[in-house]
Amino acid sequence: MSIDRSDIEKLGELARIAITEENIEATTRSINEVLALVDQLQTADTAEVKPLANPLDATQRLRHDEVSETNRRDDYQPLAPAAENGLYLVPKVID
Amino acid sequence: MHNKTLAELRTGLNNGDFSSVELTGHFLDRIKTLDKNYNSFISVTEEFALTQARQCDERLAAGDAPNLCGLPITHKDIFCTEGIRTSCGSRMLDNFVPPYNATVVENFAAAGMVVLGKTNMDEFAMGSSNETSYYGPVKNPWHSNCVPGGSSGGSAAAIAARLAPVATATDTGGSIRQPAALCGITGLKPTYGRVSRWGMIAFASSLDQGGPMARNAEDAAMLLNVMAGFDAKDSTSVERDVPDYTATLNQNIAGLTVGIPKEYFNEGLNPATEQAVRHALGELENQGAKLKEISLPHSHLSVPAYYVIAPAEASANLSRFDGARYGYRCKEPVDLHDMYMRSRAEGFGDEVKRRILVGAYCLSAGYYDAYYNKAMQVRRLIKNDFDNAFNEVDIIAGPTCPNPAFEFGAKGDNPVAMYLEDIYTIAANLAGLPAMSLPCGFIDNKPVGLQLIGNYFEEARMLNVAHRYQQSSDWHQRAPGIE
Repeated sequence: MSIDRSDIEKLGELARIAITEENIEATTRSINEVLALVDQLQTADTAEVKPLANPLDATQRLRHDEVSETNRRDDYQPLAPAAENGLYLVPKVID
Repeated sequence: MHNKTLAELRTGLNNGDFSSVELTGHFLDRIKTLDKNYNSFISVTEEFALTQARQCDERLAAGDAPNLCGLPITHKDIFCTEGIRTSCGSRMLDNFVPPYNATVVENFAAAGMVVLGKTNMDEFAMGSSNETSYYGPVKNPWHSNCVPGGSSGGSAAAIAARLAPVATATDTGGSIRQPAALCGITGLKPTYGRVSRWGMIAFASSLDQGGPMARNAEDAAMLLNVMAGFDAKDSTSVERDVPDYTATLNQNIAGLTVGIPKEYFNEGLNPATEQAVRHALGELENQGAKLKEISLPHSHLSVPAYYVIAPAEASANLSRFDGARYGYRCKEPVDLHDMYMRSRAEGFGDEVKRRILVGAYCLSAGYYDAYYNKAMQVRRLIKNDFDNAFNEVDIIAGPTCPNPAFEFGAKGDNPVAMYLEDIYTIAANLAGLPAMSLPCGFIDNKPVGLQLIGNYFEEARMLNVAHRYQQSSDWHQRAPGIE
């Protein structure tokens, strides 16, 4: 399968990555090169094969529902591009 | 001092031949004067290292020192280090100073090791040449116009150039083994779940695994003793006892069956690489090992399966970089959407963006079954190939990569040309198996790597074979023409 520039625009939107007009052609081309590589998967007979997500076939380990982490807001928030009064600041969302 | 192995340095420290401050200062001086030639470090933590070294000297004098007290190490800049910038080779995290340590970093701190700094890497560990780093490429100490491999190229080059005795690294598709091969050092990717991923910045969570890089198998075993073990903070960590990896290094390998996958000696393999690898296999035979040809029939599908699974997982993992809570934010966003779109476009480099887009495509409605589900089915076929092989053999051996170090820019604009450099390493990640690379020769003064792949949790056996090989070869002792 190959994709065209409108697909790339849609993917950029889905992945929240702005793709500039001058990059769109090169991006489309290189992604098509990757897709041509992965299309080789279609040659494999995988009827009845169970997908493998965890290489050890492990299932998610669960823990007791107990508080294990302390509040470290004062350590984490200084890393934010913008924070004030204990809140993360982002551009206005609701008018 | 810089030509000694970690084991030799430990003996020297314990005998009082030199102090940790002297040892640490020696490596820091080398980094200061020589790393301009290699660019293997993103951050050098001189003050922190010397403070640690002074404390280590006190503990050594008091006789209450832990096992690796006072010995220097450097961490790949993917491991979170409290109070030390952790960039992951990306502009996105150029200003990120974690408020906590990765479990691996904690383990080495508890073992008393001194942190020299943070080593360069491909951005978010996506690359096989170190050319995608925001901090510029690392140069191969053997050939300054060649890449060191990637993504752990900084760790590999630092060891090869004798700027650090050992280092941590991570391997998602070959990122420990391929740079180890290209730089002429020893590197080991453990079984998936053997080493905690907590605090290790995620690329593809079902493939990522931290491991040691060193000059030889003995040093790698000493490091793995510290790195391996269960960690409740990593939900995929495996609860299983950790053996002493140094205890079995010298075991006799006579009678061991070594599987040689015929698919790893295909037409894509450089004939000179093949010659070096076959010579190494002959040495294992000389020591009594039996070589047996095996087949891993789905090998040719490992790169295609990987380039669905790894990007899919990356697109999910890297969605956390939104410009809101930490990391890069674009200038003057007009609204939330604009903040996401431009922060991510400006914060990530081309290869990272490419993989996020490929991953988003493979996971999107209408393509999930054809790509993602199919790749996970092929992943099981690849794992089954190994399971079948390990019914007949004790360990698998072959080349780490098809070619020695290539020149900067050699792979051009086509990403697939670069991806194919990992053709022999990726399958172990898909299957979750332990694998390592060790030096086995040279082509035009460029190192060649021998890859060993072990059965699940059989790191000790790989290290044993590697150590025995290194007892009868001196490739791992060669150093590039440096001061």
